[in-house]
Amino acid sequence: MSPPETEAEAEAETQVETEAGTLRVCDLHVSYGRSVQALHGVSLTVPQGRIVAVLGSNGAGKSTLLRAVSGTLALHRGTVERGTVHFDGVRLSGDAARSVAAGVVQVPEGRRIFGALSVEDNLRAGFLGSASRSRAELRAARERVFAQFPVLAERRRQAAGLMSGGEQQMLAMGRALMAAPRLLLLDEPSLGLAPLMVQRIAEIIREINAQGTSILLVEQNAAMALELSDRASVLDVGQVRLEGASADLAAADEVRRLYLGETYETGCGAPDADGDAAYATAASAPSVTGPGLTELGRWNG
Amino acid sequence: MIKLTETVLNGLALGSVYALIALGFVVIFKASGVMNFAHGSLLLFGGYVTARLHDAIGFIPAVLVGAALAAALAGLVQLLATRGLRGAEIHTLTILTIGVDVLLSTELNRQVGADYLTMGDPWGADVTRLGSITVADARIASIAVAIIVIGAFFAAFRWSRWGLSMRSAAADPEAAALMGIRLDRVRLIAWCVAGALAALAAVFLAAFPAPGLDRTTSQIALSAFPAAILGGMDSAVGALIGSLVIGLTAAMAAGYQNELSVLGAGFSDVAPYLVMVLVLLVRPTGLFGSKELTRV
Ligand SMILES: Nc1ncnc2c1ncn2[C@@H]1O[C@H](COP(=O)(O)OP(=O)(O)OP(=O)(O)O)[C@@H](O)[C@H]1O
Ligand SMILES: [Mg+2]
Repeated sequence: MSPPETEAEAEAETQVETEAGTLRVCDLHVSYGRSVQALHGVSLTVPQGRIVAVLGSNGAGKSTLLRAVSGTLALHRGTVERGTVHFDGVRLSGDAARSVAAGVVQVPEGRRIFGALSVEDNLRAGFLGSASRSRAELRAARERVFAQFPVLAERRRQAAGLMSGGEQQMLAMGRALMAAPRLLLLDEPSLGLAPLMVQRIAEIIREINAQGTSILLVEQNAAMALELSDRASVLDVGQVRLEGASADLAAADEVRRLYLGETYETGCGAPDADGDAAYATAASAPSVTGPGLTELGRWNG
Repeated sequence: MIKLTETVLNGLALGSVYALIALGFVVIFKASGVMNFAHGSLLLFGGYVTARLHDAIGFIPAVLVGAALAAALAGLVQLLATRGLRGAEIHTLTILTIGVDVLLSTELNRQVGADYLTMGDPWGADVTRLGSITVADARIASIAVAIIVIGAFFAAFRWSRWGLSMRSAAADPEAAALMGIRLDRVRLIAWCVAGALAALAAVFLAAFPAPGLDRTTSQIALSAFPAAILGGMDSAVGALIGSLVIGLTAAMAAGYQNELSVLGAGFSDVAPYLVMVLVLLVRPTGLFGSKELTRV
């Protein structure tokens, strides 16, 4: 993890490096109200075209991090006390509409689709933040999303709230894609989904990424996230505990015990047929009894 | 039969005016979660502007200016609420509207005084006879104008970018913000639209057979509140249906006053509230309301 930088240094840095399409979070401190400090100096980089995962248990600050990037902290009475967020060399300063205009779109935790609106209206809403007002471009964006998620085309006139959880997740992602984001922020897309659907969502994330969209993926499903991502950070009580290449993290004892181990306990070592696929990587990784938290520090920075 | 038809027509006319008020009330509530208790005085303000200007610039321009100024004033209240009291609770903002109402109505009452201000509308006291049925022209006009304006409102609500922003923001403000929808702008427009609708309603509330605009006009507008609540507070369709129900109830209670005299004098004044309470007993969320009225 890079040492805390002042804003001026961060500003200077953006001019030196090529920042095209890169998300750079520097020394972020966020608090809610006066008392709850949710992030204590989090730094993180998502290079263009990559998938970066953020893991962490409940209350670690994962959603807070995404809110700081997407500019929705104010809606939760949260404030950035220190630190910066830059995307594509441009400072994002807590205005949601400007984040969207800059090409950063978040799919919120729990999907948050507009249940009473039709699928089509949900997608139209996703297009509202894009600069274009042209109907042809709206139609083109919608056709792209329908091609990616054929189920949405079938249900286009149906009220979105009537769809299954997995379909709603697809709608939430499709809605975000309507704005043609350069960076997609995903907050626990696997939440509450059956293993088969988690697999499906993982494939979709890979497809979206293959089309050139960078992805910042927040997950509690560490197996899925580490399999998908190039690099990952582990958040714990508002701080980055571990950072490194996802394959290394998947093999690390600490991560296995804290974030992958639970699966084996609940599955009694014999996960059901649908479930094991997602955990294949973790299961096949050699069991290392090596580095603890401090030693993992070599991955930092 | 003649009396029934006339009463129903009167009820529809009244209901259509209530609908203009209730729709604005609901749009504000949907967009910003605030019950706008200043709605009656906004209405009075719009009507007052029209009444003062029609001699100089003609009726229709006066109505348009009245609507525009009422829209601007409503927008100002919203800006004051969000800029001045950034981060305040919804309840605080609701109470703020009561303060605005007191200020506005005090000043307007002083301006209007004990007079009845005429609107200068072209219908005057004319009536139209269809067979043996007699209806005031002003009432026919109010039905016609309400159909056009409310139709345009619903079309915009359904198809325009603003309408979609509005429905999204009402359903889930945070998710809407994540789509790049500017919540403060959606709210501002909602308040302005509501202000303009209220000013339009004032014109018809003051038209024949009412003697003109006076300080009680804003109290008549209060009858639109049960209409909004009856419809479910956060449903535009509900506001429309609720308004028609309340309008018809009020007209029936007034038209058949003698037959209903066992229920006591002034029954027609409380009838709308009675209907509202009865509906809420059966359907606590109103006719078209969503499950809960509390919003985050
Ligand atoms: N709106 C809020 N007001 C006050 N405190 C909050 C708010 N949202 C989050 N917090 C606090 O900030 C901390 C981080 O919360 P956050 O939602 O970012 O965690 P998370 O990692 O996303 O957890 P989960 O996996 O449960 O979604 C927690 O201690 C939480 O209680
Ligand atoms: Mg979260």
